[in-house]
Amino acid sequence: MKRFGIGGAALLLALALGYAMLELGPARLDLRPAVAAHLADSGVRHPVTAVLLNYRGYDTLLEVAVLLLALFAILAVTPPGPARRPAPADPLLQMLARLAVPLMLVASFYLLWAGAFRPGGAFQAGAVLAAALVLLHLTGQLPGWPTPGALLRGGLAAGLLVFLGVAAALLIEGSLLQYPPAWAGRLILLIEFCLTGSLGLILAGLFLFLCQAEGERR
Amino acid sequence: MSTGLLFALVGAALFPLGAAGLLLQRHLLRRILAFNLMGSGAFLVLVGLAQRQDVPDPVPQAMVLTGIVVAVAATALALALTRRLHALTGRLELPEAAHD
Repeated sequence: MKRFGIGGAALLLALALGYAMLELGPARLDLRPAVAAHLADSGVRHPVTAVLLNYRGYDTLLEVAVLLLALFAILAVTPPGPARRPAPADPLLQMLARLAVPLMLVASFYLLWAGAFRPGGAFQAGAVLAAALVLLHLTGQLPGWPTPGALLRGGLAAGLLVFLGVAAALLIEGSLLQYPPAWAGRLILLIEFCLTGSLGLILAGLFLFLCQAEGERR
Repeated sequence: MSTGLLFALVGAALFPLGAAGLLLQRHLLRRILAFNLMGSGAFLVLVGLAQRQDVPDPVPQAMVLTGIVVAVAATALALALTRRLHALTGRLELPEAAHD
């Protein structure tokens, strides 16, 4: 009975949403001209990157803080254990991983650099970096991370700290995260560079800290 | 019908599907998956509606990018909690409410 009730309600919601979207008129508030008008002052040439790191830098700053917070919570709920290394994979797979990782590093840097003028940026680059670390772990060449040491902690927090530092330094200009147009490009690149490293470590940490807990049961 | 509108309609179908799954499934992994389905539906609606016209609006796209990253973090946290629950109780379901 409950199944049918919830299923029916979900179907009704889907139909209502679909109908609303088909009947939707053009957007009352168009932000595209505003984004395009200030693109020259934003320091980058791609509108999405400009929105992420300049117009709505707040969002990105808090997003990195949320990521770091999730990682802290994961560290808090997984009891520390000895560093676990999965059984070494097939030598062929290990070789392939070793070949792929340098290419992934190059791809990550390219994505970071490309973010200024085409789709790309710190988050995509960080995701590729994290994938490289996870790949090394899965082929048995990188042990899972136990409780992070000082170096790893520094790396995890560097992105957020640099971002906060830039935001605080810009307070003398008057308002938080309002880059002077002449410096915007360089500041955004600095922030994105540090964010890429930290995001790679954080996203990889979500996996590598979590897989530590496996050994704890029996 | 434009591609953007098609994306939005698929998103509008995915969101209730995920919501129903979240309410009906008991297994925690299925619930996490259903929750992610809801999130993906919302992202598709945002991105799809933003590109109904010829030039896509970059603001919703940037918001979805932020949302995806937060969703990944939330999923990882949910998995960590699920895993801890499994290690402590050996179960992958939340205890039933008393009146249920």
